[in-house]
Amino acid sequence: MTGTLTGRQRFWWAVIAVVVLVWALFPVVSIFATSFKLPSQLNLGLFWPKTWSTSNYEQILVGDAQTLFLSSLRNSIGISLIATAIAVVLATLAAYAIGRLEFPGKRLILTAALGVSIFPAISIVTPLFNLWRNIGLYDTWLGLIIPYLSLTLPISIWTLAAFFRQIPWELEQAAQVDGATNWQAFRKAIVPLAAPGVFTTALIAFFIAWNDFVYGISLTSTDRARPVPAALAFFTGASQFEEPTGAISAAAVVVTIPVVILVLLFQRQIVAGLTQGAVKG
Amino acid sequence: MSTEATRERGRHRGAGANGSGGDADKQAKAAHSERTRAEARLGWYLAGPAFVIMLAVTLYPILQAFYDSLFRYRLTTPDDRAFIGLENYWVILRDGFFWQSVAVTVLITLVTVVVELILGFALALVMHRAIRRLRGLLRTAILVPYGIITVVSAFAWFYAFDINSGYINHWFGWVPGISTDLNWFAQTGTSLFVIIASEIWKTTPFISLLLLSGLAQVPSDLEEAAEVDGATAWQRFRRVIIPNMKAAIMVAVLFRALDAFRIFDNVFIMTNGANGTTVLSLLAYKTSIGRLEIGLGSAISVLLFLCVILICWVAIKLFKVDLASARGE
Repeated sequence: MTGTLTGRQRFWWAVIAVVVLVWALFPVVSIFATSFKLPSQLNLGLFWPKTWSTSNYEQILVGDAQTLFLSSLRNSIGISLIATAIAVVLATLAAYAIGRLEFPGKRLILTAALGVSIFPAISIVTPLFNLWRNIGLYDTWLGLIIPYLSLTLPISIWTLAAFFRQIPWELEQAAQVDGATNWQAFRKAIVPLAAPGVFTTALIAFFIAWNDFVYGISLTSTDRARPVPAALAFFTGASQFEEPTGAISAAAVVVTIPVVILVLLFQRQIVAGLTQGAVKG
Repeated sequence: MSTEATRERGRHRGAGANGSGGDADKQAKAAHSERTRAEARLGWYLAGPAFVIMLAVTLYPILQAFYDSLFRYRLTTPDDRAFIGLENYWVILRDGFFWQSVAVTVLITLVTVVVELILGFALALVMHRAIRRLRGLLRTAILVPYGIITVVSAFAWFYAFDINSGYINHWFGWVPGISTDLNWFAQTGTSLFVIIASEIWKTTPFISLLLLSGLAQVPSDLEEAAEVDGATAWQRFRRVIIPNMKAAIMVAVLFRALDAFRIFDNVFIMTNGANGTTVLSLLAYKTSIGRLEIGLGSAISVLLFLCVILICWVAIKLFKVDLASARGE
């Protein structure tokens, strides 16, 4: 469907595009609008705020909800980044072995990754909760990083194995024939081909860790380690008679902005990563 | 380090292949099996850590959960811990509340999977056919729900429908049954409606991307041939597109079904299980973490795990879902 479009086709494509855009963005715009409403305007039944107020943002960034929100933001970023980094490093080694070497157990590793990826998180929360309390990992970063690996590792292995399968490894030998040293051949020929796959995998793994709620709410109890999704459920209003609607909405917008930026920048890579790791004929 | 070793071996392999003509057969064979062994060792050195950690963080806890489920075990009275065999399971399986949460979970799974399959297919077809400039825009748009935190999606939908802060009641007041006094989260049906809506919004992009990559594999000459032969769009869809991407559809449905069956975040945020909206995951959470009934909670966790296995088994045995195709093999 490349060539030139007739006027009618153009019209229908415009309609379709608008429908998809509204469908995909409506809830985001909705919570964005709510985040700028004053408490007194929440009950008007209007979509947009009557007067735009930044008081909700002040409350979570410099006001009394600051400790709760900023510490959870720090926890979320730190824990998700570490869990992603560990998963991507281990998965890169594993996927390299799967893509490049012949050894018994290759299929076993891929099958295990598949099995772990369908594992219900809630099933292992109870034993972890009990064990973590006994060995002092409850409510710590490490106590979340470890179970997060069960989320990030399988998808990383899968996605990277699919990426690495497409790398023409002969290039490396060709470079060596042309007089490059081992390291040069690897760095100049293979790394540029493998890097986008590793980066995309890291993005997807980060999204998954960043999204977790089950572990976050079950294995933490204070702002020492509580991540953002769990913290959102603990927000309280400015007074006990006030709903924390505005503050939660503002916090939701703040943690959604990085996601939107990443999606805007790396749309093509994320789609490639998601679909390559999953279905390939 | 490791990559260097691989390359070293790769070169040896080349040398062996070249010089094998003159060497004694035995020697070549010995060298070959030595190389095979070295390659296997290196393979496991590289892949082993990931494999072991993956199993350690899932297999160990589920075995522990099974073990704990055989005990009467409450953290509030830890000294009262005693082995009771399968009694926890017996208690749960006779509990009407458990079966109600199973029913709600199954209902949510069925509705979301069916609706998402239809919506996802429509989205995938739109993206597949769209001109290139539009395609980037559409993909970016649908990746927003994919990337958003589920809890944020839950709050967005909750506040839109909420009787106090919402606007849906004001917008749709003309629809029979909806008025400004409708409290969506006071009854089972309306609560589930919003929960399912949020779940569908958040996860349809994933299924549509899987279907999109399935669409890309339908041979375009087949489609064109059908068009030349006068097949209508619907016939082409039914007879050419669907059969050619059956594997992709099955895998997408299985993944979504497993994911939907574990639903937790949306229910926790919107109703916390009130008015008969408790799902299995939430029941396990409330029993273990909320009431500190480790024995009973573990038993529910194990049952949930068995349900997931059962869904997989049914999909693979009855519907012949080929998961190897999902691994790209």
